[in-house]
Amino acid sequence: MNELITGVIKGERRAIARALTVVENERDGAEMLLAALFPHTGRAQIIGITGAPGTGKSTLVSALAKAYRAQQQTVAIIAVDPTSPFSGGAIMGDRIRMRDLAGDPGVFIRSMATRGNLGGLARASRDAIRVLDAAGFELILVETVGAGQSEVDIARTAQTTLVVEAPGLGDDVQAIKAGILEIADILVVNKADKPGADSTVSSLKAMLELGHPAAREQMVAHHGRILHVQNPAAAVEARFWLPPVLRTVASEGGGIPELMQAIAQHRAHLALDGALQSLEKQQIEIELHDRLRAALIARLLAIIPQEMLADMIARIQARTLDPHAAVQQLLAAQVSQYPDLR
Amino acid sequence: MPAIRVLIAKPGLDGHDRGAKVIARALRDAGMEVIYTGLRQTPEMIAEAALQEDVDVVGLSILSGAHMALVPRIREMLDANDLKDVPLIIGGIIPDDDKSALTAMGVQGIFGPGTSTETIVARIQELVGAKGEASLL
Repeated sequence: MNELITGVIKGERRAIARALTVVENERDGAEMLLAALFPHTGRAQIIGITGAPGTGKSTLVSALAKAYRAQQQTVAIIAVDPTSPFSGGAIMGDRIRMRDLAGDPGVFIRSMATRGNLGGLARASRDAIRVLDAAGFELILVETVGAGQSEVDIARTAQTTLVVEAPGLGDDVQAIKAGILEIADILVVNKADKPGADSTVSSLKAMLELGHPAAREQMVAHHGRILHVQNPAAAVEARFWLPPVLRTVASEGGGIPELMQAIAQHRAHLALDGALQSLEKQQIEIELHDRLRAALIARLLAIIPQEMLADMIARIQARTLDPHAAVQQLLAAQVSQYPDLR
Repeated sequence: MPAIRVLIAKPGLDGHDRGAKVIARALRDAGMEVIYTGLRQTPEMIAEAALQEDVDVVGLSILSGAHMALVPRIREMLDANDLKDVPLIIGGIIPDDDKSALTAMGVQGIFGPGTSTETIVARIQELVGAKGEASLL
C-alpha cells in the first residue's frame, strides 16, 4: 500500500491506475489510501462536462484536453458512462473519440461506470478526482451523460461546470425541465455548424434572460450565497456570473479558444470575494452529509437481522404495516438494542 | 465482487468491427465493464489504454490476417507497461495452424467464427478468477 501511495504522488501511471481501481471498488485499504493522498490534493482545476447523449461531449473533452496540452498543462479525464440496470455491466466508448490524445504522457484517461447506486457515482468520482489531483494533474475533466442526478452530482464536485447542447435536441422547455440552467457555469452549443444552431443559442440565451435577475440570484446561491439584487446594473456585473452561451465545433477545434477563455474567466470570477472558498465549503458539506448517510445505512443494515427485514417486507406487502411505520419501528428497535447508534 | 473490466480493441487496418461490438455487448450483458476503443488501434494505444483503465483482460478482434505480426507486439507492449499479469485473448479469423504459435506467445483464449458468447464469457471469468484478488495490491 505504501508503494501505491508513493507511486501515485510521484505520478506513476501504473500506480495511479491501480489506486483508481482501489477507490472505485471501495476495496480494503481505500480509506487509508485516500487519507494518505488527501494532503496532496486541492491543487487541480476541476471542470465538469455534462449534456445529453450525442451532443459531442467526448469530442469536446478531447479537443479541450488537446488545447490545454498545447499550453503544457497536464490533463486527466474521467469519462463516466451508465451501467446497465439489467446486467450491471457497461460499455464505455469515450476513448473512441479521444484517440488524438493517445501516446501523450501528459494525459491520463479513465472510464468509469455509474454502477447504479444513488450517490455512489458521486462518492467514487470524488475519490477518483482526489487520486488524480494527488498525482499532480493540473486539470481534471469529468465527463458525464447528463440525465438528472448525475449531472447535478458533477456540478457539486467541479469548480466549473459546462453543459453541452447540440442543435435539434428539443425545445427550450427541455432545458428548463432538465435543470441545466441552474447547474451550468458555461453553456456550450456544440455542432454549431449544423442547422438550427442559431435558434438553440438564442433560446438558451432567452431562457437565461427570462430568469433575470432571479437567474442571477440562483447563480449566486449555487456558489453558496444569496444576494438580492436591487439594480442589476453594470456595477454588480462583476459579482454575478451570468453563464455565457458559446458555440463550438469540437470535431474541428472551432470555438475551443473562446471556451478556454470563458473557463479562465469563470475561474477568475471564483477568485473574487472568496467565492471559491464558499463553493468549496458547500461542496465539503454536501460530501460529508453524503458519506455519513452512506455509512449510517451500511451500519444499520449490517445489524438489522435479515429475517426482521424480510418479515417487514411481507407485512407491508400484505398491507398490515405501512412503510413509514416500518422505518420508525426499525429505528426504535435498533436504537434501544444498540445504544452506540444513538 | 466488483465488475470485471475488459478492454476490447481492434488493432490493425481492417474496418469490420461488428464482431467486436457483438462481443462487447455480450460481455456487458454478463455484467462486465467493457472499454471499447474502436478501430485501427496501434499496439501502443492498446497497451496504454489497458494500463490507464487497469483492466482485468484484454480482448483483440482481428479479421485482417495480421495476427501473427500484431499479437506478439501487443503482448510485448503490455509486458513493457508492467501488465504481465493481464491475460490476452483474441477473436476473429485465426487459422488452426497459427493457434499453437499464438498460445506460445501467451494468448490465453482464441475464439473463431461461430464461438458462442457464453464460451467467451466463461473463459474470461475463469481467467480473472485464476488471477485472483492477490495480484491487485
